[in-house]
Amino acid sequence: MADDVKALSAELAQDPDSLVFLRLAELLRHKGQLDAAHRVALTGLERHPHLADAHDLYARILADKHDFERAFDEWDMALRIAPDHVGALKGLAFLYFKVGDVQQAAAHLAAAQRVAPDDPGIAQALALAHGGEAGQSAAAPAPAPEPMAAAPAAQPLEEARVFAGLEGAEEGLLLLDPSGRVLGGALKNPAGRDVTDAVAAYLAGVSQEAGRTAKLLGLGSWTGLAAEGQHGHAHLTPPTGSALLLVVRERAVPMGRLAIMAQRAAVAARRWLEAQA
Amino acid sequence: MTTAPAGFGRVLDLVTRVRGVRGAMLVAGDDGLVVAEQLMEGIKGPAVAALAASLASRLRRALEAAGVGAGQFWHLQAEQGALLVVTAASGVLVVAVAEPDVNVGLVRLELLRAAEAVG
Repeated sequence: MADDVKALSAELAQDPDSLVFLRLAELLRHKGQLDAAHRVALTGLERHPHLADAHDLYARILADKHDFERAFDEWDMALRIAPDHVGALKGLAFLYFKVGDVQQAAAHLAAAQRVAPDDPGIAQALALAHGGEAGQSAAAPAPAPEPMAAAPAAQPLEEARVFAGLEGAEEGLLLLDPSGRVLGGALKNPAGRDVTDAVAAYLAGVSQEAGRTAKLLGLGSWTGLAAEGQHGHAHLTPPTGSALLLVVRERAVPMGRLAIMAQRAAVAARRWLEAQA
Repeated sequence: MTTAPAGFGRVLDLVTRVRGVRGAMLVAGDDGLVVAEQLMEGIKGPAVAALAASLASRLRRALEAAGVGAGQFWHLQAEQGALLVVTAASGVLVVAVAEPDVNVGLVRLELLRAAEAVG
């Protein structure tokens, strides 16, 4: 195996534009050398930004490293380039399972099955997904995801934690009820101090106030509130009628990206709230 | 459209000339009173000003507590439109009411320019 790595590395060194980086990064990934795999895949991706397989490979490495936000982006990009990419469809299904969105997971698996009808892993995962949908949806355990032949191993959903598996779940995501009570998540300031309760107190009633303002202006229901501060960005979303979800990140995270992160966190929050009802 | 005094009118013009903006206001951040407005018919300026100031105040405290710092710009998104707000150095809020498909980046830039002009 080490010889394979050497041989592939030599081949890549000889022709840096070749697609051999896909095999090399995959091999390193299988050997558990994730940092090396990450470097090789990223370098290859820089040379082949329109190659869906490269985005898929990079996503799998990111998922192995538990960087699920970026893995989602990469699989999403792979699908934009190649809408029938089975690896990306399975990868996204895996991530949807992780956040408890069984419906979306099943939809992606079904799409993968249409492309690869003979893949037994997909059929098995799909059956499990349909079982989960019919049964207890969000509480259903993630199916063994070598449905996702190439995707990392799934873990059972952590029902007790609203944002389990999402980036910043313990420091930059907060779910509140209308009176400002913390339902899930936590918030830390840049110095690392827990500011969950203070922020929750100030945000009590914001959902109703935003709703009143939008109604008064004849704008319909409010869907989000993005705020730009001197040192960071924040995004508020009502995942359900009265609850409030806050996502906070440093200024380096663009507002548009923050809005996408908030949407994903809102899906998880909605599932969790439904499960509690 | 209601009109603002000449000096403030020019400031608000910066914002209302952006396509998709239905009106703009200057609001005293501390008490929520309208300082100047250029709004399309049907928008209740004083009520919107009061709610915008209240929302801005809550957000400012929450953002400061979160370590994000004082809010410079915020954007309330709704199904059929948006409210966009920038706080000037003096504490005056420069507010825009916009259509849902407005170019948010452009409105933000003009709001920041208007806030600088207001001081």
